[in-house]
Amino acid sequence: MSEAEVHSIGFDGPDASGHFGPYGGIFVGETLISAVEELAEVYTRLSGEPEFWSEFDKELQHYVGRPSPLYHAERLSQECGGAAIYLKREDLNHTGAHKVNNTIGQALLAKHMGKTRIIAETGAGQHGVASATVAARLGLECFVYMGAEDIVRQAPNVYRMKLLGAEVIAVESGSRTLKDAMNEALRDWATNVDNTYYIIGTVAGPHPYPQLVRDFQCVIGREAREQSLHQIGKLPDALVACVGGGSNAIGLFHPFLKDSAVAMYGVEAGGHGLESKQHAAPLSAGIPGVLHGNRTYLMTDEGGQIMETHSVSAGLDYPGVGPEHAWLKDLDRVNYVAATDAETLQAFHKLTRLEGIIPALESSHAVAYAMQLAASMRPDQNIVINLSGRGDKDIETVARIEGIKL
Amino acid sequence: MSRLQNIAAQASADQRKLLIPYLVAGDPNLETSLSLMHELTNQGADIIELGFPFSDPASDGPVIQLGVERALAQQVSLQDTLELVRRFREQNQTTAIVLMGYLNPIEIMGYERFVATAKEAGVDGVLVVDMPPTESGSLHERLRQAEIDTVYLVAPTTTASRSAAIVERCSGYLYYVSLKGVTGAALTDHQSVAENIAALRELTDLPIVIGFGIKDADSAKAMAGQADGIIIGSALVAKIADLADTDSHDAAELAATCSLIGTAREAIDNLN
Repeated sequence: MSEAEVHSIGFDGPDASGHFGPYGGIFVGETLISAVEELAEVYTRLSGEPEFWSEFDKELQHYVGRPSPLYHAERLSQECGGAAIYLKREDLNHTGAHKVNNTIGQALLAKHMGKTRIIAETGAGQHGVASATVAARLGLECFVYMGAEDIVRQAPNVYRMKLLGAEVIAVESGSRTLKDAMNEALRDWATNVDNTYYIIGTVAGPHPYPQLVRDFQCVIGREAREQSLHQIGKLPDALVACVGGGSNAIGLFHPFLKDSAVAMYGVEAGGHGLESKQHAAPLSAGIPGVLHGNRTYLMTDEGGQIMETHSVSAGLDYPGVGPEHAWLKDLDRVNYVAATDAETLQAFHKLTRLEGIIPALESSHAVAYAMQLAASMRPDQNIVINLSGRGDKDIETVARIEGIKL
Repeated sequence: MSRLQNIAAQASADQRKLLIPYLVAGDPNLETSLSLMHELTNQGADIIELGFPFSDPASDGPVIQLGVERALAQQVSLQDTLELVRRFREQNQTTAIVLMGYLNPIEIMGYERFVATAKEAGVDGVLVVDMPPTESGSLHERLRQAEIDTVYLVAPTTTASRSAAIVERCSGYLYYVSLKGVTGAALTDHQSVAENIAALRELTDLPIVIGFGIKDADSAKAMAGQADGIIIGSALVAKIADLADTDSHDAAELAATCSLIGTAREAIDNLN
């Protein structure tokens, strides 16, 4: 492909081979190639059928509880002094986060493909819970890979998955966190490829995952666009979302990409600060490389080893990011920034006290940046924050950091 | 003809099967790896697959993962692996070396520098586990220009049309993955291996070697009977796991660690 052709993809990626410019692609062992090709084929066919989408929409409406509200956070806006802040309330979805939009979609694919066994990786446990939930709903076997470290950090979610009938498998290899859970899920898939569907939880992995997860999450941005026009009377001036793998962010951003007046901010986990190297911000401070099936920005050392990451929020604690974000960064369409652990915790408390909404620590990164952004904008301007999940799961973490024993 | 192609041609002329052990560079340390490589050739290895460590070896089972972790604990890099090959070549010009690993360390080093350094060190072939032919573009081209062979995998799940595309790009030998799974898994379905190898023979004259699940003389014999050679990885890495992390191991200890390769050599040299 010539350079001109690569660049002509613009916001309409991926191309037929699964690339967003130089990013994305299919970088997996040969054993899995036929599985991802089959998935791409099935998805191309089903996503062209209106019946598939009406089945999906029906599940979102009656099972997930969509549409989620667009809520004007008046007291938070006043506190910041500047732009009006709106929250896209993904925290109100069934299971408490945006993750379920994707697991519903992929479970439908699994059902259409006749797969009887679901596997998933999880970090904080939100995607694991969302996968276990849809597996229970459809009567499928479910195995969730989770780093041994994360199992200790997220005990309530582990128990939720077990209640839902899933088996949670502790991953003891490598750094014993999300990236290692993903390695282990890929190994399982290669071994049980005939009957197993792998539900990847974010817009990463080999093609077609970045595309299909995005398509399932785009319901967020489509609703937000319509709600903005209806409630504000115009499109918002800025969108803000946290970025780990980047599924909630791409879901909000994508339907607005061609609205050039809408500014976009993807907020990565700044951890102890970008200069400390203890963070999870590959777009802000990483370089392109290849991991988990795709080429994208990574936290990698000069020898090409993947670095251990740090974030107060387990859901953002991942060294890579979806390839479409890598492309949107290079195109300068989205601004990628970072919020530190400390800024995030402050925002967590602010939103809780001012609006009576306890946000997930992941989403609190977006709130933290949006508060600064709002202060620099005019009162007649509007910001939409993707409040991607609720914070009930994080209260123990916050209490521990603040030295409070529950 | 490349060293790798020569070795395969000679083995074929002699009706001899290729024996290819795999070890991780720097497991348990670089000095021991160098001694092990020489010992493996003493025991009858024709080609050595030398793994360069990567933090996220998603196609490998627990045994090789642990080998990689031991190497990473020594901070062994791709650069160190290439240096190991250069040192091996100071004493050995006959055994072929195929580097095996994952793409990211090569991406970060840069294709141009990687290929130049590999050529200079005396690398004969490269197998990148997570780089299928469709994604191999400029790295494949650069390796070809440097006359380094690029080895690709064919799995039981590979479709016929893909196999045809793979053999187009593959040189040196074709690596047939004997089972659905990761390295170190148990091989049970000998019948499908025979059928799939027969189908591949229709497509190519490349030597076909079988890897995954070969762990002793019996499995070596069974698989060598169906192909041009065999690869032994996890079973050897499991033996290496017992070596202490010191620079000097006596000859008897190294010989005992690699004895599995000598046993396999004997088994596949006496197939009938």
